[in-house]
Amino acid sequence: MITEALILSAILFVIGTFGMLVRRNAIIMFLCIELQLNAVNVAFVAFSNLYGIDGQIFVFFVMTVAAAEAAVGLAIIISIFRHYESVDVGNFNLLKW
Amino acid sequence: MTLALTALFQGGSPAAEAGAAFVPFLPGLIVLLPLLGFLANGALALSHGRTSANAVRSGGELDLGDRASRPLTHTLPSLIGPGVMAVAFLLTLVNFSRALGASIEEPVVVHYWTWMATGTFTVDAALQLDQLSLLMMMIVTGVGFLIHLFSVGYMRDDSGYPRYFAYLNLFVFFMLVLVMGSSYALMFVGWEGVGLCSYLLIGFWFSDKEKSDAGKKAFIVNRIGDVGFLVAMFYLFTTFGTLDFVPIFEGSDALVYGGGLVTAITLFFFLGAAGKSAQIPLYVWLPDAMAGPTPVSALIHAATMVTAGVYLVARSSVLFALSPIGSATVAGVGVLTALFAATIALKQNDIKKVLAYSTVSQLGYMFVGVGVGAYAAGVFHLMTHAFFKALLFLGSGAVIHSMHHAYHHTHKHDDPQDMRNMGGLRAHMPITWITMWIGTLAIAGIWPLAGFFSKDEIIWQVAAFGGAATAPYPALYTVFWIIALAAALLTAFYMTRMMVMTFHGANRTGAEEAKHLHEAPAIMWVPLAVLAVASVFGGWINVPEALRNSFLGLGGALPMSEWLHHWLEPITARAHEVQLEHLGEVAHAAPIGGGEVAWAAISFLAAAAMVATAFKVVGAQKTVPAHDSPEPTGFAKVLYNKYYVDEFYDRFVVQPIVRASRFSWKVIDATLIDGTVNAVGWVSKGVGWGVSMFQTGNVSTYAFVLTLGVLAILGVSVF
Repeated sequence: MITEALILSAILFVIGTFGMLVRRNAIIMFLCIELQLNAVNVAFVAFSNLYGIDGQIFVFFVMTVAAAEAAVGLAIIISIFRHYESVDVGNFNLLKW
Repeated sequence: MTLALTALFQGGSPAAEAGAAFVPFLPGLIVLLPLLGFLANGALALSHGRTSANAVRSGGELDLGDRASRPLTHTLPSLIGPGVMAVAFLLTLVNFSRALGASIEEPVVVHYWTWMATGTFTVDAALQLDQLSLLMMMIVTGVGFLIHLFSVGYMRDDSGYPRYFAYLNLFVFFMLVLVMGSSYALMFVGWEGVGLCSYLLIGFWFSDKEKSDAGKKAFIVNRIGDVGFLVAMFYLFTTFGTLDFVPIFEGSDALVYGGGLVTAITLFFFLGAAGKSAQIPLYVWLPDAMAGPTPVSALIHAATMVTAGVYLVARSSVLFALSPIGSATVAGVGVLTALFAATIALKQNDIKKVLAYSTVSQLGYMFVGVGVGAYAAGVFHLMTHAFFKALLFLGSGAVIHSMHHAYHHTHKHDDPQDMRNMGGLRAHMPITWITMWIGTLAIAGIWPLAGFFSKDEIIWQVAAFGGAATAPYPALYTVFWIIALAAALLTAFYMTRMMVMTFHGANRTGAEEAKHLHEAPAIMWVPLAVLAVASVFGGWINVPEALRNSFLGLGGALPMSEWLHHWLEPITARAHEVQLEHLGEVAHAAPIGGGEVAWAAISFLAAAAMVATAFKVVGAQKTVPAHDSPEPTGFAKVLYNKYYVDEFYDRFVVQPIVRASRFSWKVIDATLIDGTVNAVGWVSKGVGWGVSMFQTGNVSTYAFVLTLGVLAILGVSVF
């Protein structure tokens, strides 16, 4: 049972990471991060079956932080969109050297 | 303050009977007055500085205009400069007369405050008043006052007038600290201070490169000697744990007679003394120091500062008595310097150069005196020399002043100091002529002038010391004695030569110029007259006991025999005890027979004969003005070029140092050290530039690198 859950978690995480690396759309990248977080959540829940309730409590924390992050992140994306009329991260390269 | 001090000293000396203890009168004020004079004159000089500096920068001299309409900055120093000296001299006189009427068994030390205290080492700001320091104070303030007075006449048309008096006052302040300080540390403060003032005054006309170089030379050569002074102080501190005179001299019994430690201390002290007092091998700065104004040469480079080395040896007489090697070195270097400088003086044409080498030579005599344990004789010659050499220098100043004016009137650019351009000046300046002859006869050792008694006593003491029961190197002292006699004859010759070339024969200044030659004004000749009187009678305070009842002592008519000797006895008593214990009684006959009276008569007659010979020989020579003179040849050329010592030093000391410094600068510093530092800079700059390439600004790249990093860390921690 645990093995399948961890394989699912790993697949979700790799999809999220891969999406992060290859996509240019800020919203999609944002979704990929959420996917990574939730892959971790799956692993936490799976392990809590073996090691006790701590894993499930952690999941709540992760979800809370993810919600906060979503609020801030979306706000930033919106304000960037207002400025550039675009959410392509390839355009946002002023912060260098 | 006086009241408190009075109470302190009356209460502090229980053995003294009423009125017999010496109570110093405002000794601090004596030191303070010249300092106040310096501050006042210095303020005037600063307020005048910009105008003066602009004048110098534009290459000309500041036009001071009429004497009546000069600004305050150029009239007040005439009052302040000599004024503070007059008051200081009067205060010294009060102290001296009090000391005469009292008995000073122990030096009176007046404490003011603790200058520094670190661990077990403390130095107090304290003045020591005893027979030696009181005598030195009399010379410094007395002769100093006369020279300040002379300076008013000599320097008042100079645009740097207030600056001149500021430096001169500062010099007297440091000189008083030197002779009155109660410890070697305080003495060193004065020692360095007078060195600084000497530098400032030699380079007084600093816009002339040659003159400012002469100042630097004096300063640097003195530094070499100062190393010796410092090392000797370190030795004293590790041995005694203090630098105060009183405890060191009282504890000197702890030192082994002739031991390595005391020999090292005395030799290092003598290195310091040789620097300050211009002895071989460090004498080279003094002739160049003549670049300064002539009254400065009289005060600093003849009467006071250069005798500081003699004062140091006399002050440390116990230490030198404990070291036969140290004392023999002092006497040996002194006698060699006396002869060496006297031979150079024979062929110099610059009037001040003759006097400079003469000073070096006479300082050599003083060192001979203190080197053979005749500390009182050395100090005696110091005193008489201060009189007649200050007189001679001031006299030469009057001559140069007159010559300068004569050339100035006709806009001729000949050297006003070259004796070949003088001749026959006695018709124009009779007072200078007479007073300078007195000084010349005094330095030549003509009875009954001051120099006869002081120089003759030194020469006699060399013979007597060499003949002591267990003298360390009797043959050596016999050689010293013969050299000293020979140098005395040379002194008589070159001084007479100087007088004849300057004042006698036909005038060589030029027909038009000669009309403008004039006698010095009263403010300049009065000091000359006073010093001439002192040069005549100054020797009478210390007529040797043996001479007193002979014809040389006017059959007992001279009032004071060996007064100075007795006066200084509390200072030299310890040294004489040591000497008596280890060497025994000094001899009463010269190495080749003859007593003190006989040799005094012989040296007087020889000196007189030498003066007469020189008068005839030099008078018969045909001297031509400087620009027509042929170059000297043969040995005369060697003497004229001062044995090429300056060239030798330049070749073997200065140039190697310059080359080594240039190497350190160009190769070690500019290439190696700066190169390393710059390389470090370039490397960090390059690395920073390279690393900054990773900052693409592209979010995807960052995410990619982040992921790679996480994978790498995971990989390391898992496998």
